[in-house]
Amino acid sequence: MITRKQWTTVSEFLIETVIRICGISAIIFVLGIFFFVFREGAGFLFSKWEPIKFFFSTEWYPTSVSNKRYGILAIIAGTASVTVIAMTIAVPFGLGAAIFISEFCTGKLKEILKILIEFLAAIPSVVWGFIGLMVMNPLIIDIFNVPIGLTALNGGIILSLMAIPIIVSIGEDSLKAVPDSYREAAIALGITKWQMVYRVLMPAAKNGLLAAVLLGVGRAVGETMAVLLATGHAVQIPGSPLDSVRTLTATIAAELGEAPVGSDHYQVLFVIGIFLFTITFVINLTAYLIVKGIRVQKGES
Amino acid sequence: MFQETPYIRHKLRVEKSAKTVFLLMTVLIIIPLIMIVTYMVYKASPVLSMDFLLTKPTNGMRQGGIWPALLGTLYLVLMSLCIAAPVGVMAAIYLNEYAKDNWLTRTVNLAVINLAGVPSIVHALFGLGAFVIFAGIGRSILAAALTLAVMTLPVIITSTKESLSAVPMSFREACWNVGATKWQTIRGIVLPNSVSGMLTGFILEVSRAAGETAPIMFTGAVFYKAIAEGDVFAYGLLDQCMALSMHLFTISTQVPNVPEALPYGTAVVLLSTVLAVNAISIGLRVYIRSRKKW
Repeated sequence: MITRKQWTTVSEFLIETVIRICGISAIIFVLGIFFFVFREGAGFLFSKWEPIKFFFSTEWYPTSVSNKRYGILAIIAGTASVTVIAMTIAVPFGLGAAIFISEFCTGKLKEILKILIEFLAAIPSVVWGFIGLMVMNPLIIDIFNVPIGLTALNGGIILSLMAIPIIVSIGEDSLKAVPDSYREAAIALGITKWQMVYRVLMPAAKNGLLAAVLLGVGRAVGETMAVLLATGHAVQIPGSPLDSVRTLTATIAAELGEAPVGSDHYQVLFVIGIFLFTITFVINLTAYLIVKGIRVQKGES
Repeated sequence: MFQETPYIRHKLRVEKSAKTVFLLMTVLIIIPLIMIVTYMVYKASPVLSMDFLLTKPTNGMRQGGIWPALLGTLYLVLMSLCIAAPVGVMAAIYLNEYAKDNWLTRTVNLAVINLAGVPSIVHALFGLGAFVIFAGIGRSILAAALTLAVMTLPVIITSTKESLSAVPMSFREACWNVGATKWQTIRGIVLPNSVSGMLTGFILEVSRAAGETAPIMFTGAVFYKAIAEGDVFAYGLLDQCMALSMHLFTISTQVPNVPEALPYGTAVVLLSTVLAVNAISIGLRVYIRSRKKW
């Protein structure tokens, strides 16, 4: 006979085990992602992969019959160009909006703006891509008088709108985390709001703001559907924002369906996946360490 | 008497212009949102009707509705929620109730942040490599839902953890003092008091999963699949399915000569679903805050 007490002990133990396993599930999945993407790409990575050609050649001809070449420099340049354009727009606007929402408005207006920013963040990436394709494309053709509007600029603008909500919400959080005593001391000295933002809050929150920007970059680098639809499909190093480009993510999305499972082409796409995973991992790790650094400092003071 | 010096006047002018600039920046972010939504609804208006939702695409997807895609998205979303919710909630319980501040906990936190930051296309590669090929499930609703579940896990973990940590420590202490075990305390006191906060997390997961395209592209979503109209059990677990996001991608890029209103209609349905779900979650959050007793 099991007594009630024994039953409680046993079930307590079982439940705790399940909870502990689920607790580390996030670690399992991150390792799993790396493992399985690596596993599919390993065949190519260990036998035919030439890092120098891979990273420094612009020749991406995965389906050529006579001479298949896998150089991703032009594709990296594509990702870099849309990310740079996106950040040029998103950083000032995102931080500006974060400062406005955090410091210059209160009450209802603040709540409404925050909700609208949240809606902006909720728009699915394929809808953003669709907007780039159907709305921005003709606009860019008209304004700049170019033959095609699916360009790095188009993708950059779309990406900036996708990165802005992240920058705003994390930026606002880090401004909110500056102790009120800083603000009170500043106001007691008779300075204006803007002087306070510029001289007190920005230096105090600079790590958090940097993390916000980094996470925005991470979002821009990793975004797939929006750039697939909005940037055109030319594998080339862009000479101007009005050139079509192809990003790392879009290359995988566009070509994986056509590459036969197990072929070199298929495995190269997984190698690009490993590369992307590594980039975003480093970006997220840096942002995490920066934010954690802030917390440690606060704990000491 | 207080006299404005030129310096103070200058200072106030700068203050005013700074405020205006920040206001303009914020407005410039918000305006595209409103303009885009209105424009899309306007463009979609010719096709938006109940029929559009409930009939299947005809004439090579150049006419008809979006029923199979709508149903497919519903299947994917509900199934990914059923997989992600228990694991996510348990993980959050671990992080908030059991974990001590040690290297393991820090690694878990880092992993959660990283999982949220992994590009969606890498999730797609993972889903293809792990579920479709390695586990042998094949391209199916199940494989796609599993991929979506892994991707949206951080959403559930983060929001559940937040709502668990909002339950005051004194509640737990009171419960331990009457002899309850740790799990009894969690089940009897902590979970009931944070259930509405968890619900907002689930709703956010739904909105996230409904909008994603890349992770399901290679794991279970197809361009076209004919299913019976009006039959909500038309898909099986191991069938491939259509999905709203995938359908929008297909008819706006892969199929030539689609009348403009169709993709706009699909986009509006997808967008309004996601925004409505988000609105519910925000409403719920406001309600919880107003009802908070402690």
